[in-house]
Amino acid sequence: MDTLALLADGFATSLSPLNIMIVLLGVTAGLFIGAMPGLGSVNGVAIVLPLTFIVPPSSAIILLCAIYYGAMYGGAISSILLGIPGASTAVATTFDGRPLAQQGKAGLALIAAAVASFIGGTISVVLFTLFAVPLADLALAFGPAEEFALVLMAFTTFVGLGGDDKLKTIIMICLGLVLSTVGLDLISGQPRLIFGDMPGFYSGISFLVLAIGVYGIGEILYTIESSRTAPQVTPARITLRDLGDGIRTMNRMWRTMSLGSFLGFFVGMLPAAGATPAALMAYGIARSTSKTPSSFGKGNLEGVAAPETANNAASTGSLLPMLTLGIPGSPTTALLLGGMVMWGLMPGPMLFIEQPEFVWGLISSLYTANFAAVAINIALIPLFVWALRMPFTVLCALVMVLCIVGGFAPSQKMHDVWLIAGFGVAGYLLRKADYPLAPLVLALVLGPLMEKSFRQTLIAEQGNILAFVERPLSGTFIALAALFFVLPLVKYLRKGGARSIAPAE
Amino acid sequence: MIYKMTRRAALAGVASIAMIAAGATSALAENWKPQKPVEMVIMAGQGGGADRLARLFQSIIQKEKLSSMPVLPVNKGGGSGAEALRYLKDNAGDAHKIMATLNSYYTTPLRTDIGVDIEEFTPIARMALDTFVLWVNADSDIHTLDDYVAAVKASGGEWKMGGTGTGQEDSLVTAMLEKEFDIKVTYVPFKGGGDVAKNLVGGHIDSTVNNPSEALGFYQAGKVRPIVAFTPDRMEVFPDTPTATELGHDIVYWMQRSFVAPKDMPAEAVAYYTEMFRQLSETEEWQTYTKDKALMADFLTGDELQAYFIEEREKHAAILADMEGDGSS
Amino acid sequence: MLVADRVIAIAIMALSAYLMWHATALPIGWNGMTGGPGGGAFPFWLSLIMLLSAGGVLVRSLGQEKSSQHFFDGQMLRSVIAVVIALFVTIALIPLVGAYVALPLFLFWYLKIYGGHGWVLTGILTLGAPVFVFFFFEATLKILLPKGVTEPLFFPLYAMFF
Repeated sequence: MDTLALLADGFATSLSPLNIMIVLLGVTAGLFIGAMPGLGSVNGVAIVLPLTFIVPPSSAIILLCAIYYGAMYGGAISSILLGIPGASTAVATTFDGRPLAQQGKAGLALIAAAVASFIGGTISVVLFTLFAVPLADLALAFGPAEEFALVLMAFTTFVGLGGDDKLKTIIMICLGLVLSTVGLDLISGQPRLIFGDMPGFYSGISFLVLAIGVYGIGEILYTIESSRTAPQVTPARITLRDLGDGIRTMNRMWRTMSLGSFLGFFVGMLPAAGATPAALMAYGIARSTSKTPSSFGKGNLEGVAAPETANNAASTGSLLPMLTLGIPGSPTTALLLGGMVMWGLMPGPMLFIEQPEFVWGLISSLYTANFAAVAINIALIPLFVWALRMPFTVLCALVMVLCIVGGFAPSQKMHDVWLIAGFGVAGYLLRKADYPLAPLVLALVLGPLMEKSFRQTLIAEQGNILAFVERPLSGTFIALAALFFVLPLVKYLRKGGARSIAPAE
Repeated sequence: MIYKMTRRAALAGVASIAMIAAGATSALAENWKPQKPVEMVIMAGQGGGADRLARLFQSIIQKEKLSSMPVLPVNKGGGSGAEALRYLKDNAGDAHKIMATLNSYYTTPLRTDIGVDIEEFTPIARMALDTFVLWVNADSDIHTLDDYVAAVKASGGEWKMGGTGTGQEDSLVTAMLEKEFDIKVTYVPFKGGGDVAKNLVGGHIDSTVNNPSEALGFYQAGKVRPIVAFTPDRMEVFPDTPTATELGHDIVYWMQRSFVAPKDMPAEAVAYYTEMFRQLSETEEWQTYTKDKALMADFLTGDELQAYFIEEREKHAAILADMEGDGSS
Repeated sequence: MLVADRVIAIAIMALSAYLMWHATALPIGWNGMTGGPGGGAFPFWLSLIMLLSAGGVLVRSLGQEKSSQHFFDGQMLRSVIAVVIALFVTIALIPLVGAYVALPLFLFWYLKIYGGHGWVLTGILTLGAPVFVFFFFEATLKILLPKGVTEPLFFPLYAMFF
């Protein structure tokens, strides 16, 4: 009851005309920033942060939430239209979003992404409203061992399946993991794999650089080669009927979407994990529990809906440890945390007690931002789809410029732009030789988390490797990971091995 | 025209920048203004304590209009700041780059040979000194430093001390503790101070050496307990926590938060930035922040700052030599 | 196809060996003192698995028969190489002459010479893209792009928009 009263007060603030304007502005800006390959919510929030000093904190936090949400929606746009994940959270969206766009169904995929994001956002905000405080303790129960087990689970839900060439998949996973170790060894504090002391490698190889390289440049080169012999991209079109069809189709995906929302919220809540493993796990689970797993990776709408519900739910979830524990789960929440400190608020266990107006104002603005984001997103879909109808040579030229500028923007190093070009050429050749690229990118994203938590656990437990299974929470995750790994095998055996398992890509 | 003049000044390689900067140069500062946005290089990744502080400075500069051009933070945290140090070295003479430092400013070049000599850089201003406190979980029975030492000894080396990485500030304090009390702990590195504090509250590690700002929230909620402060005097926010010095153990350690500029930055530019940070240090926001976060706002510029850097580097060289001598990690 | 498959497998094996060599700069074994693998262990052993798997691909390809399918189509390969060279030249030019010269040059080449589009479209995009990039990245997001020798030309713009 108390909660509801506080939330009502929050809505009274966030629904004032000025604040509604702010939400619309923020969401639109966020949407475009998120849709740009290389840029994400972190760029938008970083720019606006100093400005928030000038406006009152309640309006400032609304603006920040609006940009945060807008960018989460926007991430799916570049994944679907260009096949370049704008942020690691949107990798899984490319797996089915890109094929859909190539079949001329970009509009449908974008609608699915928007609706799924809305559902994920809504369910997670409700969970947040109801359980924010008690759930903080769960986040605390996660130590390095549990983190490792969780990442392992994210990995196996994904890798356990798939009918690609096994040897080549293994090579790509290992390559991704090795590339993820470039830079600094956190445990000993020594640089490693910096290839003859090149300072550009000190900070490691960022996910964005690899993704823009192999999915951006590599994809363009691949399409240039195949475009004249067999056109791959069907011109996209969108009508109002598509919108209705899209929403009707979505109606059949409640199971996937609610699973994605819960999974996203709970995984996103854990400081070390966040939205990326959540989206991957949602995709993996949607595929392995589907009646037609073979349709995944070839343009199944559920393959767009699952990761999109999960990553949006996770972005709400990751606000929870920031507010209740003062621990940011992602660079963006770290910046939000910095903003709160600047406004003189002390995030942590006391925030809910000492600053209830702020907390519930924030939560109510999440609701408002979510509504605004889905409305603006759907309204802009025709514009995005229209952009895809440009002549191929024009689109390629513009995307390449975007790849260069977007690759430079996050770290502001020419080193990264060269790496993008290199990865682009390498990705093109590997793709032609039937090496799967998704495991490479996934391994790079999950690798650092895996190695760090694995070694932290072993140090803390004096080298006792059994620690992973002895702890109840991490033991459970390891068991689940093993289950996900063998599940496809069981399915395969039950079918008598007559039909082979679904190909992943 | 102005651009050309700046270039010439840079090429001339003014040797005595520090000397000029040390003097009262507000008259000179009026002549020079940044021509383009100023890049504020941060020696750490996004979200850490150093990053948050740098962005706070950015906000105050923007709000109080202390600079005619925006100051834009850029994170170059790779290799414990080695990336930032190399970047600054490669941009000698640049009048539009400044760097926010922490103690890895000394330790990183000492630990790995990255070809950087910090004496070449131009000191701008020291804004504050951050403090360190030894923390345990509030559920533990440890209330005093003696309890702590006894508990660590009883654990037989299995005592888990969380920190932000070997060679980082807290690991140096840990090494000093080990040496002073002849104890042995297992040092578990985490990604950042917030992560360390969370793992302490969650019971995954036994103690930490955190900055107060990183553990203050948990302290106010009664989840963590300060055991001893590594400051010369008791801290205002923890009046009941003794300092190591008053218990008869000479362990004092600071984290400096300063700004430096590339080698051979034109003297006018140095004067401009020095004045900018002087004004910043007098703003109300900064004063409130330092008080709330238990920071020592100790403003220092020019030659004195350079002398301070060199002295600190010697101290850190000695601590690091001790650490490696022990063969501990 | 088969030849390309073998060449790529050999290239991966070489890369793995190179990575293994770099990884040995840090301990690669199980360190009893600190409890757990050393800093070089992950990259070293994973590179070894990569080396062995690529070896497997190579061995497997030896038993396969030559297919008539070619890895590269001669004419298409020429377009790909042209684009790759243009991309590399553009990136090399950015630090020298700045993004606002290099990127329009790239667009002009791609649209007019490679793509064969008309002057109007080429003109609009070649001039419009840098303007968009400036206002989106620099004026709005405050992300500065490299300007090289063109830097002084931007001082008045900075004064206006910041």
